[in-house]
Amino acid sequence: MSNYTFSSKTKNLSIALMAIGLLSIVGGFLADSHRAWPTLLHNSFFFMAIGLGALFFLAVQYAAEVGWSAAVKRPIEAVSSVLPYGAAIFGVVVILSALHINHVYHWADPHVHDPASEHYDSIIAGKSGFLNPVFFIIRTVVYLGGWVLFFRAFMKRSEIEGQGLNVQNWKATQSLAAWFLVFFAVTSSTSAWDWIMSIDTHWFSTLFGWYTFAGFFVSALTVITLVVLHLKGRGLLPEVNENHIHDLGKFMFAFSVFWTYLWFSQFMLIWYSNIPEEVTYYMDRFENYKFLFIFNLFLNFFFPFLILIKRGAKRRTGVLTFTGIMILIGHWSDNFVMITPGVMKEHWHLGWMEIGTMLGFLGLFLFIVLNKLASKPVSNPTHVFYEESVHHHI
Amino acid sequence: MSKQVIYGVFDDEEILLNSARALRGKGVRINDVFSPFPIHGLDPVIGIKPTRLSNAAFFYGMFGTSMAILMTWYMMIHDWPMNVGGKPSFSWFENMPAFIPVTFELTVFCAAHGMVLSYLLVNKIYPGRKAHNPDPRSTDDKFIMEIQVAENKKVAQSEIISVLQSTGAIEINQKEL
Repeated sequence: MSNYTFSSKTKNLSIALMAIGLLSIVGGFLADSHRAWPTLLHNSFFFMAIGLGALFFLAVQYAAEVGWSAAVKRPIEAVSSVLPYGAAIFGVVVILSALHINHVYHWADPHVHDPASEHYDSIIAGKSGFLNPVFFIIRTVVYLGGWVLFFRAFMKRSEIEGQGLNVQNWKATQSLAAWFLVFFAVTSSTSAWDWIMSIDTHWFSTLFGWYTFAGFFVSALTVITLVVLHLKGRGLLPEVNENHIHDLGKFMFAFSVFWTYLWFSQFMLIWYSNIPEEVTYYMDRFENYKFLFIFNLFLNFFFPFLILIKRGAKRRTGVLTFTGIMILIGHWSDNFVMITPGVMKEHWHLGWMEIGTMLGFLGLFLFIVLNKLASKPVSNPTHVFYEESVHHHI
Repeated sequence: MSKQVIYGVFDDEEILLNSARALRGKGVRINDVFSPFPIHGLDPVIGIKPTRLSNAAFFYGMFGTSMAILMTWYMMIHDWPMNVGGKPSFSWFENMPAFIPVTFELTVFCAAHGMVLSYLLVNKIYPGRKAHNPDPRSTDDKFIMEIQVAENKKVAQSEIISVLQSTGAIEINQKEL
């Protein structure tokens, strides 16, 4: 049983990326803090949510008694280990935003709730029972804290699992997974309303939570696939064969289509009914972000759909890596179009600050995931379904 | 014209798989296997090529997409322009989001029905067709391998039979069809 080694070359690369990111963030705040805040929110959300998506995937494997994925459990865990660090960074950014240290959340401005003020906004004031800083911060702490506690419980169970075949422990993990899924079902929707939908404070969409979830879940599946391919490239995980890779490719394909389904459901109903209070969201995006708006649909739907539809494509490392990178770029830019327009309107940029911050978070992400991979053997032979997973054939 | 056929009867699918591997290793062509349930991993072992049904499905789907676009354009834009919800743009493209659901449905409809019909045609299955089954026990608890002698002139008939016997066939029947 061999371990993954976090080579010094990769380590230096990730540290260099982090340095670029730190420079971009500091430079960004010095140059234009109005632009730096949404950039920070966007990137910290995107990378934390990938960890959250991986934790959700891990929980599904236990709750649904999945056999085939036992051999790729370590990569899933490694990707989910981003969650606590991501939650800490994102939590600070979002709580500072709620305290109106910046202009990300329009509702956080006390003047819009004050009838005497000239900035009084009766629509936002009507939402103040829900969108007020105290309740918002409590909710944020509950979401992030809840997820991190569940993550730690999963890691504790995994530690016991690594010590030897233990059916009792597997059953305990299954019930933990079920409880997490219940908590996640509610919080994944409400957290997306709070953190992202409330940026466009006047606007609302009931399926926004699932739309956000679909985006970060397909990103998480893509990252898991890329990590597995990376390990295979290093000659590790000999028990993972092309059938496992095929299944991961199917997940990327299926959830790209799922994302499109939700994207289109939200878009078409609003486009068709054409009600002013709903359609403003798309007006902003279609007038000022037209290229990115359409580009996202291409990268996140047509691209994976047409490339990954063939059986052989889902089994080929090169094709999966290329499509995976495109999907990640697509969802990063989709998150950009979800977060930035509400803050920057037509005065947006996609330049050194956005790209640099993204590279910084990418460096941190790689550093955490690869460190976690190197900390334990990448094979997982004491999982109850390991034998079944090794013989996986489709 | 009479055809000489050898039937190897097995009572376990794993034993049949091993026997099939041994026969294929000797260059014997196995015509078909009759089984009460699908045997996992059998196709490559007895040399059945991967199905091309999925390629056909893609083209049936494309056909459905094209028909849906043609239909919505002809009905809603060209023949009798419709003003629904204040969107009388006389342009298919500008009304496209409204036509996506029906396009999706017709794509799925054509792909699914095309696949079913192709499957039935390729396998020559139709209502009232008599079952082509060499031995009714293959619908219960036996697995039956069919080898046509005419296809295997290079391997002696006695050798095929001895391989079948040594790899665990419980019964070997020779028939003239």
